Amino acid sequence: MLKARVTVTLKNGVLDPQGKAIEGALGGLGFEGVDHVRQGKVFDLQLETNDRTAAETQLKAMCEKLLANTVIEDYSIEIA
Amino acid sequence: MTMKAAIIQLPGLNRDRDMITALTKISGHAPHLVWQTETALPDVDLIVIPGGFSYGDYLRCGAIGARMPVMRAVAEKAAQGVMVMGVCNGFQILLEAGLLPGALMRNASLKFVCREVKLSVENANTAFTRSYQPGQIIRCPVAHHDGNYFADDATLERIEGEGQVVFRYTEDTNPNGSMNDIAGIVSESGNVLGLMPHPENLIEAAHGGDDGRALFESVLGKAA
Repeated sequence: MLKARVTVTLKNGVLDPQGKAIEGALGGLGFEGVDHVRQGKVFDLQLETNDRTAAETQLKAMCEKLLANTVIEDYSIEIA
Repeated sequence: MTMKAAIIQLPGLNRDRDMITALTKISGHAPHLVWQTETALPDVDLIVIPGGFSYGDYLRCGAIGARMPVMRAVAEKAAQGVMVMGVCNGFQILLEAGLLPGALMRNASLKFVCREVKLSVENANTAFTRSYQPGQIIRCPVAHHDGNYFADDATLERIEGEGQVVFRYTEDTNPNGSMNDIAGIVSESGNVLGLMPHPENLIEAAHGGDDGRALFESVLGKAA
């Protein structure tokens, strides 16, 4: 069994109104010098395999087909 | 010729009732209702994906609905030239399914918008808009949280150049920050339309106007 974490973030150049709002709220709380806040998503998955190569291939396919919208998002995969 | 239509049904879509009414009133025939698990569609001329909040907008709006079995059948029909129209969440689903280019993101205001906008008919030479005049300005209601159209520069240039931008917010009514004020686009082949506004909610006097009616008349071959 393997545990994996997929992180999905907006591509550079894609506006992130939620990130902007969070940045504004951080400023409002007195956190100064915070720039370029971008909101993303994290998925934790458990895979019933011990084959790390196969797991990585499968996770990549999951990202391409569902977890990320590659028009606007990038993804990264970590296997624990 | 009688045009036959089908409406795709997914859990969480809630504008199907209005769409059924619009199609029935304007075509004279009730559309087929097709549940998400179906793998084949009836022989129809038009497939409509209505608005709502399929799968509670989980993951991304339309993302899960776009991966349901029926959407493979919709993609096959679209490839055969059958007309496909997605409104609001239906537009989000068509983008997530890769049947239209670009993506719809959270409104720039971060707020859900529910109001009337003005649209200009940018391309009246499509199966969906031929009953409008080129450049005609129409009223239409919108109700969405994620209608902020985004495409990369190359895609934007291509769809603008090919006349794929069919409806544009005008008179400073862009409600969501969409690039180039884009409200609706067609596929390169012209038989798939996606739009955020709800023309099905402006088809008769009781709605306060009928500016949406010509879209249904165009696509149902009922041009006045």
